[in-house]
Amino acid sequence: MSASDDLYQEVILDHSRNPRRYGCPLDHTHCAEGKNPLCGDEYQVYLTLDEEGVVRDASFEGAGCAISKASTSLMLEQLIGKHHEEVHALFETFHDMVTNPNGNHDAKELGKLAAFSGIWKFPSRVKCAILCWHAVRNALDGKTTASTE
Amino acid sequence: MSKADTTLLDVRAQFPCLDQKVHGKRLAYLDSAATALKPVYVIDAVAHHYTNESANIHRGVHHLSEKATAAFEAARETVRAHLNAAHAHEVIFTSGTTDSINLVAQSFGQLEIGKGDEILVTEMEHHSNIVPWQLLRERTGAVLRVAPITDNGDVDREAFRAALNERTKLVAFTAVSNALGTVNPVAELTREAHAAGASVLVDAAQAVPVQPIDVQALDCDFLAFSGHKVFGPTGIGVLYGKEGLLEAMPPVKGGGDMILSVTFEKTTYNALPHKFEAGTAHIAGAIGLGRALEFVRGLGYGAIEAHEATLLADALNALQSIDGLKLVGTPANRKGIISFLIDGIHPHDLGTILDQEGVAVRAGHHCAQPVMQHYGVAATARASFSIYNNHDDIDQLVAAIRKAQEIFR
Ligand SMILES: Cc1ncc(COP(=O)(O)O)c(C=O)c1O
Repeated sequence: MSASDDLYQEVILDHSRNPRRYGCPLDHTHCAEGKNPLCGDEYQVYLTLDEEGVVRDASFEGAGCAISKASTSLMLEQLIGKHHEEVHALFETFHDMVTNPNGNHDAKELGKLAAFSGIWKFPSRVKCAILCWHAVRNALDGKTTASTE
Repeated sequence: MSKADTTLLDVRAQFPCLDQKVHGKRLAYLDSAATALKPVYVIDAVAHHYTNESANIHRGVHHLSEKATAAFEAARETVRAHLNAAHAHEVIFTSGTTDSINLVAQSFGQLEIGKGDEILVTEMEHHSNIVPWQLLRERTGAVLRVAPITDNGDVDREAFRAALNERTKLVAFTAVSNALGTVNPVAELTREAHAAGASVLVDAAQAVPVQPIDVQALDCDFLAFSGHKVFGPTGIGVLYGKEGLLEAMPPVKGGGDMILSVTFEKTTYNALPHKFEAGTAHIAGAIGLGRALEFVRGLGYGAIEAHEATLLADALNALQSIDGLKLVGTPANRKGIISFLIDGIHPHDLGTILDQEGVAVRAGHHCAQPVMQHYGVAATARASFSIYNNHDDIDQLVAAIRKAQEIFR
C-alpha cells in the first residue's frame, strides 16, 4: 500500500464524498467557524448541548479538502451523547494521535477516527485533520473562529 | 529527442537539487513560480564570497572589504546591464519584490500620493502588489482602483483605460501573472498610463526568469523583481527606478550606509543608490543574484523562451487529455504557469498525492485571492515550468494526476 493509499483510506474517502451530519440546523446552542486561509477551507460547526452539558446534536457546513471534511464528519458522529468534558478529552487524544507517532493514545476510544493515525507522516496536512476540532473546542469555549493557518 | 530536450541539454546537470529522490521517486520539480532551483554557478559564487571575501562593504579600507565592495557593485552593474537601465545607481538592492513594492508605496507614496489620489492595479495581482497600496490608502486616504480581468485571464483593456483619469498617480501591474501565466503587454499599458499622467510600477517577479526586460524601451518608472525566482538566492531583490524619481523620493529606512553625515541636529542623506540601502546589505545575496543573471544571459532568453514554449504547448495538450481536468485561465499570451482543477479532488489533496509520486506542484490561492474569487474557487493546483524541466516531468505529472483520480474514483 502506498503512502497515498494509507492516507486516503476508504472510510476517509467515503466521509469526504458523503459527509454525515452535514447541514445547518434550525437551532443550536454553540457554533464556531473553522477556517484555514492557506488552503481556503472554511467550515461552520453547530452544537446543541443539553442542561447537563451533553452534546445532543452536532452538524457542519462548508467546503474544503477531503481530509478536513472527513475528519469533521467522523468527529461529529462521535460527539453525540458525550459530555463536553469528554469532548475536550477526545480532542486531546485525537491531537496526540495526529501529531505524535509515539503517543500512547487509546485507539479504541477513537473508533473510526483511527483512520487518521498515519497523518503525522504528512505534516502539512495535520492542520486539515484538526481544523474543525479546534472549531468545536472554540464553540464550547464560547469563541467563534478557529484558524489553523 | 524533441527540441525542448536538446536546446538546454546540459542544464539539468547544473542543478544539484534535481539529483535526489522524493518518497523514492524521481523528482519532477514543477514549482519554479514559487522559487527556482539554484545552479552550481550561483551556489559557488555565494560560497566563494563567504569563503574568501567575507567582509562588510563600503566601509573598510582593508583588502577583504575592498574585494567584497567590488563584487557587490559589480553585481549591481550586472543587474543594470540586464535591465538596460541608464545608470547603475537606478538599481536598488532590496530583500525581494515585496520589499521593493513596499519601498515605492512608502517613499513615492509620501512624495506624490495624497487624499483622493488614485492607484490603479489589476485583478490578477499578487498580494504583494495589493496590500502595500491598501496600507498607503489607510495612511493617506488615497483610492485603490482595480482593472478587472476577462474570464480568459487577460487584463480587460477597455476597463483599464476607463479606470485611468487625471487623479491616477500610479499604475502598478504584473508583467506575468503567477496564478494564470498571463503575459501582459507591459509597454502598451505603460504608454496608456503615462498618457493619463500616471507613473508606472511593473512587478517583474515572474517575468525576469522567462523574458528579456528593457526598462528604457518599456519606459516604466519602477520595476521590481526577486533573486530567488531567477535562480538566485532568497532574501535579495531589486527595485529599479528612474533616476529623477528616486532622487526626489525620501528614504524610508534610516541607518548606516544611507547617510553622508550625522549630527543630532541634522543628517545628510547619501546619494543614490545608497540612500535606499540602510544597514548592511545581503552582500552574498547580491553577488549570487549577479551570477544568476549572468547564468541566464549565458543560456540566452531565445533558448529559454523556445524551451518553455515547447514544454508549455506539450503540457497543455497532455493536461487537456485528462478527463475531469479544467484549466483555470486561458490567456491569449502565456508563460509556463498552468493553474488547473480536477473534478472531485480538492487541490490540496491532489498536491499531497502528487508529492507522493515525486511531483512538486503548488496547491492553494498562490497569494492571488482576488484571482481565485474571480473564478469562484478557493484554490487551484499550479504546475510551473522552468529551464530544467523536460518531457519526463510532464509524463510524471500526468501519471500522478491519473493516480489521484484512481484513489478518488
Ligand atoms: C507576481 C509576483 N509578485 C510578487 C511576488 C512576491 O515575491 P517575493 O515573495 O519574492 O517578495 C511573487 C512571488 O511569489 C510573484 O509571483
